[in-house]
Amino acid sequence: MKLKKGIPVIDQGDKLGFWGGKFGGNFVPETLKKPIEDLEILFNKLKKDKNFINERDKYFKNWVGSPTRFIKLENLTKYVGGAQIWSKVVSDANGGAHKIYNATVHCLLAKRSGKKVICGDTGAGYAGKMLSMAAKKFGLKCKIFMGAKDIQRQQPNVRAIKKNGAEVIPVYSGSQTLVDAVSECMRYWVANCDKVAMCVGSTVGPAVFVRICGWSTSQISRELKTQLVDEFGSVPKKLKLYNCVGGGSSSFGFWNEFMDYDKKQCEFIGVEAGGPAKSKKHAAPLTYGSKIGILHGAAQYVNQNTDGQIEETESISAGLDYPGISPLHCFLKDTKRARYTAASDEEALNAYKLVTKFEKLRPSLEPSHAFSIAITESKKFSKDTIVVVNSCGDAYKDRGIIEKKLGRKYV
Amino acid sequence: MSNPISHAFKKAKKENRPALLTYTVAGDNSKKQSLEILKSISKKVDIIEIGVPHNTPVADGSQIQTSSYRAIKNGIKVNDIFKIVKNFKKFDRNKPVILMGYYNMIFRYGENEFLKNCKISGVNGLIVVDLPWPENKKFASKCKKRSIFFIQLLSPTTTQKRLKKIIKDSHEMIYFISMLSTTGGKLKVSSKEILSNYYKIKKINSKKNVVIGFGITEKTIKSLKKADGLVVGSAICKEITNSIKKRQNPVTNVYNVVNRLRNKIK
Repeated sequence: MKLKKGIPVIDQGDKLGFWGGKFGGNFVPETLKKPIEDLEILFNKLKKDKNFINERDKYFKNWVGSPTRFIKLENLTKYVGGAQIWSKVVSDANGGAHKIYNATVHCLLAKRSGKKVICGDTGAGYAGKMLSMAAKKFGLKCKIFMGAKDIQRQQPNVRAIKKNGAEVIPVYSGSQTLVDAVSECMRYWVANCDKVAMCVGSTVGPAVFVRICGWSTSQISRELKTQLVDEFGSVPKKLKLYNCVGGGSSSFGFWNEFMDYDKKQCEFIGVEAGGPAKSKKHAAPLTYGSKIGILHGAAQYVNQNTDGQIEETESISAGLDYPGISPLHCFLKDTKRARYTAASDEEALNAYKLVTKFEKLRPSLEPSHAFSIAITESKKFSKDTIVVVNSCGDAYKDRGIIEKKLGRKYV
Repeated sequence: MSNPISHAFKKAKKENRPALLTYTVAGDNSKKQSLEILKSISKKVDIIEIGVPHNTPVADGSQIQTSSYRAIKNGIKVNDIFKIVKNFKKFDRNKPVILMGYYNMIFRYGENEFLKNCKISGVNGLIVVDLPWPENKKFASKCKKRSIFFIQLLSPTTTQKRLKKIIKDSHEMIYFISMLSTTGGKLKVSSKEILSNYYKIKKINSKKNVVIGFGITEKTIKSLKKADGLVVGSAICKEITNSIKKRQNPVTNVYNVVNRLRNKIK
């Protein structure tokens, strides 16, 4: 299995949509074959269309607000006493997280295809919130599928979704989290694909959704590359990019522009959700060696039992609480371009405490996982090593959990 | 060697009626009870479809989801399903059995190993909901080698060009999904429209036995009786759920539903 240079990773899949010959694909009911093919044709055409790209960039700049900040975490760097720790504050983006890029592009595609309704899944509520914002902006009706457990633990985002005029459909099946929300959203699409567009909230799902999402979030690394050159004169000789990985949309977007650099110069570190320290359950299929399976239309490493039933996950962060992982990350793992590890719930909370103590930055529980590993590893790095952590979400949505776990003063 | 599925269609045709296919989930509501249900309905049914329960069933509506979760909770494993088929075949040797499920269960088990056990236990056909054409080409030919029918699915969204290609690669039986829906949806299109799509398929190759499924209940079955075969699934799963709620015997209740279905297409 080999990663090619000079070709975007999203376009390195084969005819059937498999990366490295075995990750991804289109394991979907026959009914979805046609709408998926239609979307593929549209996307392949538009991503080469200058007008469309200009339109995307216009909305990214004026509405999403690009570029998001790239800042040095001076105090944290001093405290850790190793590498320089920087952050790409993607939570600056309109709505407070990277999910806005994918949502915007899906709404633009839906408009072009003449669809008037868009449906989407959400875990932490960010994908749902952003889709509801974009849908409102572009005049589309919007339905958001969300696990009942997530609705309870991510109330601020649920309120935002409703305020944007979207309908929140609670999902009571299975573990009542993201995995069930994605399933239910796909079911809704199966039954309504003639009139409704679907947005998959991460770089997961049938191949075209993986590609659209990766193409959209790559805005993050395009900005970062420019910012690095502005700051250091060129891309630093020792650059390490830390990002949390649930489905994998923000990390893929954070790394994409640096793909062709040697990994000795630009190393990618993906941090999965290890779950509570004392629990056997986790949401870290790459770290803990889960086997390949099929989930939501794509072959990927996925938590499952020997019989092929998808296993329940556990994580304090709803956004990472997913048993599978993007085929793109499976591909980056097996080609050894990226390295993956996990942080536990407790480690993420500690990192949150540290970051908020030293900096004017409030990463949500998802990027707190990435901060945890970045802080630990930075201690060992030389002072000319540039560590960048993608702070891809804001902690406002987590205030309930943080208050419960850490006390009022941390909210 | 001829497949008993072909024989079942021939027999139904001779009697001038569509073949009746029933779908129940293996292990619903227990391993033993699901076998009892199959035995009790066998005489009234032409082809038995057995669902391999999966806990992330993206094409199933709430009825089959409920049955699947119940069966998994009660501990059903793939090997138990082969045992159920084997025991059922001891009871009714010639009744064709089709397993229907999601690809991950087969993938995890290993395609060859899965097919080997299908053969040993007496499975005659397979429907894999999320392994569409052309992704299923290799697996379908493996099935053919073992004289197990791989049953291709067609949907109202399947284009004419694609219809032709899939039908060309199909074995003797084809499953037509009546409408845009998950299983158990209310029939939202007219039977006339469904049959017109059905005849489009028959026109491409009249020799294939085409069954219609999704949305078929006691209320709707009669209007589609011109088809080669009709599949009822969710309506039966619902009956099991209701029986449990009312603390009644699901075996008798399911038999009664199947009996009524059969009488409507006599």
